[in-house]
Amino acid sequence: MPEILEARNISKNYGGVRALKDVTFTAYRGKVNVLVGENGAGKSTLMKILSGSEQPTSGEILLEGEPVQLGSPRDAQARGIGIIHQELSLFPNMTIAENLFAGRELRKGSRFVDAAGQRRQAREVLQRLGQDRLDPGTLVGDLPIGQQQLVEIGRVLLTDVRVLIMDEPTSALSNHEVDVLFDVMGDLRRDDVTVIYISHKLDEFRRIGDWVTVFRDGSLVAHESMSRTDTGWIVRQMVGRDPDSLYVRNSSPVGDVLLDVRGLTVPGTVKVDDVSLTVRAGEVVGIYGLMGAGRTELVETLMGMRKASAGEVAIKGKPEPKGTVQARMAAGLALVPEDRQRDGLVQTMSVRENILLATLARMTRGGLLNGGAEQRTAKDKVGELAIKIPGLGALVTALSGGNQQKVVLARALLTDPVVLLLDEPTRGIDVGAKSQIASLMADLAAQGFGVLFISSELAEVMAMADRVLVMARGRVTAEFTAENVTEEALVSASASESVLEAAK
Amino acid sequence: MYGCVLEGWEKMTDTHVAPPKKAAAAPQPDEPKNTALARAALLLLRGRTLVVLVLLIIIFSSISSEYLTQSNLILMTKHVAINAILAIGVTFVILTGGIDLSVGSIAGLASMVAGGLLFKGFDMPGGTVFFSVAVVILIGIVVGALVGAVNGVLITRFKVAPFIATLGMLYVARGAAQLHSDGGTYPDLAGTEARGNTGFGFIGVDSILGIPVAVWIMVVVAAAAIIVTTKTPFGKRIFAVGGNERAAVLSGIRVNRIKIAVYVISGACAALAGLLLTSELGAAYPDTATTYELNAIAAAVLGGTALAGGRGTIIGTVMGAFVIGFLSDGLVLVGVSTFWQSVVKGAVIVFAVITEQAQQRLQSNLTKRTA
Repeated sequence: MPEILEARNISKNYGGVRALKDVTFTAYRGKVNVLVGENGAGKSTLMKILSGSEQPTSGEILLEGEPVQLGSPRDAQARGIGIIHQELSLFPNMTIAENLFAGRELRKGSRFVDAAGQRRQAREVLQRLGQDRLDPGTLVGDLPIGQQQLVEIGRVLLTDVRVLIMDEPTSALSNHEVDVLFDVMGDLRRDDVTVIYISHKLDEFRRIGDWVTVFRDGSLVAHESMSRTDTGWIVRQMVGRDPDSLYVRNSSPVGDVLLDVRGLTVPGTVKVDDVSLTVRAGEVVGIYGLMGAGRTELVETLMGMRKASAGEVAIKGKPEPKGTVQARMAAGLALVPEDRQRDGLVQTMSVRENILLATLARMTRGGLLNGGAEQRTAKDKVGELAIKIPGLGALVTALSGGNQQKVVLARALLTDPVVLLLDEPTRGIDVGAKSQIASLMADLAAQGFGVLFISSELAEVMAMADRVLVMARGRVTAEFTAENVTEEALVSASASESVLEAAK
Repeated sequence: MYGCVLEGWEKMTDTHVAPPKKAAAAPQPDEPKNTALARAALLLLRGRTLVVLVLLIIIFSSISSEYLTQSNLILMTKHVAINAILAIGVTFVILTGGIDLSVGSIAGLASMVAGGLLFKGFDMPGGTVFFSVAVVILIGIVVGALVGAVNGVLITRFKVAPFIATLGMLYVARGAAQLHSDGGTYPDLAGTEARGNTGFGFIGVDSILGIPVAVWIMVVVAAAAIIVTTKTPFGKRIFAVGGNERAAVLSGIRVNRIKIAVYVISGACAALAGLLLTSELGAAYPDTATTYELNAIAAAVLGGTALAGGRGTIIGTVMGAFVIGFLSDGLVLVGVSTFWQSVVKGAVIVFAVITEQAQQRLQSNLTKRTA
């Protein structure tokens, strides 16, 4: 089997976190090489290295047997390695044609852009992508996300690409658009182009993939021809043998209903559609689903950051109709957001200031902040959650990911919540910190809190949750108890729109 | 979903950039010594406004023996006071990540409102009434606060960008000041005993213990602002809104209220500055404090306030106002032409921002090394 691209003994450290541990990965020429693994397993890091936007801490890259230095995305592009990112990097204020040629405009003479030529070639590319009716003069910002994704793919098709890396390109595509994409991938394969394809969607990549490589916790754990694998094998490789040792199972007795949600509906590109759920005291409830399933939107709406168009939320048996952050917080909800940097931390502030931000009003004496009370309160929480810090006055950005997450959690706990909403609480933190966050959640349940957490990791959600709700396209598609949940059932419920019958 | 547009742009333009990654990855030799040096440099950078101020005083006093005399220092400080009060107000706004371009015009409007009340009184159905000076000052400040509130509402409720909203207000408030007198000047603000409105000169002309009342007012405003920004929940929330608005929302902070409040504070400070200026001149004219907003913003930036919000101090802003004032007056004293004065002032402001960035880089490098 001729290999085109080989990454040998690649390691990558970010500060103290080892994102890749001595990974040796091979991509075969003219094949679709699928990469799978949970979030933070190291797939995207490896792809960033192969596309030149990150440099490995150690190890080498071979292209057709020759060692190469990929110092920048330009370098990689010049060698025929193209990448399509999970997040779009288009200019919404420019037309499709302008986007396709951005940075490498066709010239007329030496100075002027050959707009007509760009439009002509853009039309050809769009035809190849099955979008014959799309006018290349349309603003990209006016397109639905699926078509924007196709424009992104079109950008790469215009270059002389030998290796094409696609990082979850189908997460925003409709079924029809996915078919088009797979046709394009088939064409590419016939043209001897190598595709490296990252995906979470088992049913999809099994259709198109030739080889599958599984990553877990920064290591490459399996590499196999697709025809010799089945779904169960892949899931087992992704999850590892012994997920339970990492997580602490909540075993507290379940009490009253603390959170009762009825028919919650939120309009938007990612919508929440008629969701009902309950969380009881002492209960840990998990929400599993794929990106864009509406999970984050659900908890943000519960917290009052988005407006619901229908539905009722009751906390401790009392309806809370106002739906503002302040009202929901006062009623007893607290949210630890998915994106710490964007929604959780004030990066310009110290650890102490971040911990106390939501409860400043309690720290005053005669209208002025009481430094002693601030120090004591923050110190107590730091001790209670075992947050490792250089000092309370240190900038919060100096902490590791897991400790930053605990700072956000400390702030949430100080508001005296009864139900904690945790959105991907273990994303982007290392295994040890994951385990700590998990046992904290079990502790909180034991203290009588209700815990509702979102997770994209099968092992985590199965090991920690007393009950698991699965969301897809804004709806709850299935509900399982800890006893009857299986990996296959979770995966299939997260992929389908139909409400599956949970084995009760 | 367009969050990475910038990233994409970088990718596309990096032909023009030599690969910088290798240099960054090179091991840093002799780290302990470097760290000590970096710490010393950081200390100097942090205190740079003070360093610059001391340098200015040394340079100008060596050129002109008049510079460091008591009377000149008092005069310069009085000039500083007005800009400092404007700049303190603007600092509140900038800390939230906003900007207030309307403070000069608000000062002008407050000046005309107060001047009109003192000079021609207030026409009511029963005849013309004259208010006492204290009431006139209060009304002037309230007018400034209300204009600030309009700014705040435009920015929060109608989602107008702060730059645009306050740029609009710059024109509107200035126009209102001109309309107030049909473009004319209120030439005499002394008042009469009979009307019970004498004494407006107190705030801008008189002194207490040899120090101008305006300077005392600056001290009081600065002290209050320092307490508010560092010792109250409201102050912390201002920094949080500027540092990360989404995190502030999630912490239950009523972001819109905070934003409206800072524009109200900025408007009130601007009005107070306008009144001091008017009192000093003894007359109110519609062009009072034109372009003063730029000096105020310059003072805040010079004092280390980040235009992106979330970072800055009141004391820094006051120091910034001192640097600008002492620099301008010094240049006048040693006979530099007004044209060159502008050039020097502009260069100093840009230089200040460059050093600010150097400080940030150094600080984050040090944090990384110690972490």
